[in-house]
Amino acid sequence: MGQVEVHALRGVSFQVQRGEMLAIMGPSGSGKSTLMNIIGCLDRPTSGSYRLEGMEISALNDNRLAEIRSRKIGFVFQIFNLLSRTSAVANVELPLLYSGAPHRRKRALEMLERVGLSARAHHHPSELSGGEQQRVAIARALANNPSIILADEPTGNLDSRAGQEVMALFDQLNRDEGITLVIVTHERDIARHCQRSVQLRDGRIVGDESSPQGGTASGPQGMPE
Amino acid sequence: MRYVEIFRVALRALITHRLRSALTMLGIIIGLAAVICLVSLGRGVQASIQGEIESMGANVLAVQPGDPMMAFFGPSDTTISTGFLTLEDTQAIADKVSAVDLVCPAVTTFNRINFGSESSASFVVGTTPEYVELRNLSLADGVFITRQDLDGRRDVIVLGSRIAESLFDETDPVGEFVKIGRYKFKVVGVLGSVGARGMLNEDDMALAPITTVQSRLSMRRTTGGERVVDEVWLRVVDESRMDEAREEITDILRQRHRIADGEDNDFVIMSMEQITETVAQVTGMLTLFLGSIAAISLLVGGIGIMNIMLVSVRERTREIGIRRAVGAKRRDILMQFLTEAALLSLSGGAIGLLAGWGLSMGLSRVLSSQAMLVQAVVGLDIVLLALSVSIGIGLFFGIYPAARAARLDPIEALRYE
Repeated sequence: MGQVEVHALRGVSFQVQRGEMLAIMGPSGSGKSTLMNIIGCLDRPTSGSYRLEGMEISALNDNRLAEIRSRKIGFVFQIFNLLSRTSAVANVELPLLYSGAPHRRKRALEMLERVGLSARAHHHPSELSGGEQQRVAIARALANNPSIILADEPTGNLDSRAGQEVMALFDQLNRDEGITLVIVTHERDIARHCQRSVQLRDGRIVGDESSPQGGTASGPQGMPE
Repeated sequence: MRYVEIFRVALRALITHRLRSALTMLGIIIGLAAVICLVSLGRGVQASIQGEIESMGANVLAVQPGDPMMAFFGPSDTTISTGFLTLEDTQAIADKVSAVDLVCPAVTTFNRINFGSESSASFVVGTTPEYVELRNLSLADGVFITRQDLDGRRDVIVLGSRIAESLFDETDPVGEFVKIGRYKFKVVGVLGSVGARGMLNEDDMALAPITTVQSRLSMRRTTGGERVVDEVWLRVVDESRMDEAREEITDILRQRHRIADGEDNDFVIMSMEQITETVAQVTGMLTLFLGSIAAISLLVGGIGIMNIMLVSVRERTREIGIRRAVGAKRRDILMQFLTEAALLSLSGGAIGLLAGWGLSMGLSRVLSSQAMLVQAVVGLDIVLLALSVSIGIGLFFGIYPAARAARLDPIEALRYE
């Protein structure tokens, strides 16, 4: 196998404001995943710069990236990615375990309450519906009070009703608690929920439009290019 | 991440796969059980020999026929080919060697002693009245074998304290008759308990006149048809005259056995130290042999752990990805899998320790019932050594799988189906 250099992203440059709810859209192969991995500090750009809350991320080593993920990023995945052998509350505790936060059980229960799942705290993922599992995942993402919640096709594995519930929860977290949300999606409906949507194609930004609602901008947050 | 948490995660992972964990531990269990058994029994034997020597004194010599190794393990009950000792040899030594003040021949047989419905399997030693003094024995009841018993080849027997207890519950043994094979022996005395001393413990022995044992119980004869003596114990007057005694005995026996100049002796004279050395050599060889089996078992066990950990890492690739995404560092993942491997191996080690302990206790009980007093000794040092060895194996064989887990790229791990 020869080494072929693939430019998943090139010349992508944009900023996300604190408290914004942003959709990243694009067909498969457009570089969405790569962009998401960079924003989520799972990957570093080969060149260029990514600043999160003013901190340059692209030069950090693996350990520092893990710390940033632990403190500043909350992930929500399409297939939930909960640990199947542990209860909902233990799943929510997981990020707290790695950040070394105190009172983990109490905080995890609070997070579950925030997503309306207190009653299901001790159920295992297999005993929960898709929508419930995704809410547990959101509670997990919230646990360390992150700067950004990064959701990758969060409704992709849900029926439309559960999908609406999840989006309503996102809306509420964004509107009432000012949480910054970046949602990667290919669904127009979801994108319309957001104040702003960035269109990607072949690794480039081909559109950046704001919807009428507008956001509560308060300073720069991210800028991969 | 705190260590308690890592430990809990590891424990949960092992409990989830109970059967797999148990099977993986098996190699370690067997290996450690073998090591424990070996070491504790080895120590027991050591202590026994020590006791043997202390009960005899350093100025005692043993003359045995043939080759020292063969003499140690005891000849079979057929004709001895490499040499022999007889009562006449014994008498000659007693008469001519001035440095020796006590000469005591012995023939040892293993028999079942019956009294009524009770029976006890034990060593029946044919010897002379000097035995009591040589071995510092006391009598709890009755008398010891006398010169007249010896000369008259009388069917009399003196029982060790434990045999007497097991055969005669309430009754006074002295004056009763016990049966060995088709012969009846009159019990004339019971020995006082000597406690734990020596491999051959008189509490589990019966003593009879050597002439009687030679004609009734031991079928061994020399090529010339003479009755043989298994060994002759000699007490030298003073430790400083040991060499002198040795030389004189050698001369007498060479002459009596008509050994030409330049030919090897057909007997051995051993001091207690030499006996100890011989035994130490034999046990050392056994220890080496069994020890290498144990080491192989531990090695195989360790490889088993490595194998299962590699499988586990692969199975849990996505879990690793999730943990990394929510903030686990490479080090956290490494520690988690390493702890799991160490815990697996340590649990195996602990089980092996208990199994080995039980086994060595069982074996020492069996040996003791065969009149060989070996008390296995499991010391704290062995326990600590066993546990640290098992942790060490877990860490050694766990490091590679754990490092592989830690090296996984979180993005690829999350994508893993």
